[in-house]
Amino acid sequence: MNAMIIDEKDNVAVAIEPIEKGEEVTFLAAGETRNVKAAEDITIYHKIAICQIKKGEPVVKYGQHIGLAAEDIAVGRHVHVHNVESHREEL
Amino acid sequence: MKFWGYRRPDGRVGIRNHVFILPASICAADTARIVASQVEGAVTFHNQNGCAQVASDQQLTMDVMAGMAANPNVYGTVVISLGCENCQMDLVTKAIEERTNKPIRTFIIQECGGTIATVEKAVRAAKEMVQEASLVRREEFPISELIVGTECGGSDPTSGLAANPLIGELSDRLVGLGSTAILSETTEFIGAEHILAARAATPEVKERIYDIVHRYEKALQLVGEEVREGNPSPGNKAGGITTLEEKSLGCIHKGGHTPVNAVYDYAKPVEKAGGLVIMDTPGNDPSSVAGMVAGGAQVVVFSTGRGTPTGNPIAPVIKITGNKLTFAKMKDNIDLDASPVIYGPETMEEMGDKLLDEVIQVADGKITKSESLGYIETAIARVCNYV
Repeated sequence: MNAMIIDEKDNVAVAIEPIEKGEEVTFLAAGETRNVKAAEDITIYHKIAICQIKKGEPVVKYGQHIGLAAEDIAVGRHVHVHNVESHREEL
Repeated sequence: MKFWGYRRPDGRVGIRNHVFILPASICAADTARIVASQVEGAVTFHNQNGCAQVASDQQLTMDVMAGMAANPNVYGTVVISLGCENCQMDLVTKAIEERTNKPIRTFIIQECGGTIATVEKAVRAAKEMVQEASLVRREEFPISELIVGTECGGSDPTSGLAANPLIGELSDRLVGLGSTAILSETTEFIGAEHILAARAATPEVKERIYDIVHRYEKALQLVGEEVREGNPSPGNKAGGITTLEEKSLGCIHKGGHTPVNAVYDYAKPVEKAGGLVIMDTPGNDPSSVAGMVAGGAQVVVFSTGRGTPTGNPIAPVIKITGNKLTFAKMKDNIDLDASPVIYGPETMEEMGDKLLDEVIQVADGKITKSESLGYIETAIARVCNYV
């Protein structure tokens, strides 16, 4: 296990170890182990897409929206300030 | 569950026994520093305010000054003012006396005859007060006497994964034991305010939660600024936090799972045995901590991801991190490693026991890392520029 998700609705996992490009990213989801392949190096504690996130779609962590995808984000990509925009929602 | 504390004449219970040298304004701050440096057992802070402030800013400063003096960790206060500042000595002492009946001595620099004459008199008064304070013995009190402030600073994603949920676990336990736990940092509710609002104990509290968040955003917009400027900070981002919303969703974990019973304005007196409450404070750590300590928090539990030094002159600050690398690197600054919440072997429940034990030990007198380093950085929240 080198990553974790916080909520079942999340479309990003958090690396809990440094992950290298091509490495399997392994995390628990609903009690089952899931894997995606890292498309690039992921710094420890940074986010990685666990499914495709289209431009304009919400990035979901803690089961909540943390921003919108600024571009199409493929599975295994690093998700951070370069491809996510902050978005103030009426809550 | 009990701890050893100091009974105060106003009925509150302290966990430290400081004599507080309070500068009523920036013009008295260096004199206060010299006085405190001559008296073992005295504490002070560098007050940047106290004069040339608009009314709302002056009120924030008065509330912090009075609240810090009234904090039960303080035996008594020696107030030093310059003499001509807006926060006049009689206003400051009145504000303190509205909150507490503890000993106060006052010295006005322009009346005492300058710095050296003031230092001589104030040092003598402070030494006498320290001797009186030393006669107070610790007694056993229920943990419900504690008001615990919670804070996060230099956050990274481990704050939301481990350290803040652990503080939330502590908060739930304290609430269960009849204490008060304060959740702070209004700017870091942004994007998560709906989750807190859904936990409001009453419709009024719910409305107040939305109010303080919107008020904060609007206050910055009025001067043409955006709350997202500088938040997340460069360090937050380097650690892996992408947006303010993500930071906020991690931040509010410190509030655990119990209902939010009240929302306090900055530095206003907080009731004991109040369960989980919110104080409207900035995300800026030293000013948020100062607000809660002025509210009466005897101890602050502070999570960090990147590792921060923050201390406070009045209340011990217990530092925890969920980042195993930071704990290894910043051991001199951090009291407790919360990374087992992510990696095991301890469970959240076991870590909760450990953190609660640490809080009680610190209440009983254990010196925190920031206390041992003499860290007292203090800031006061502000509305606008000086006048």
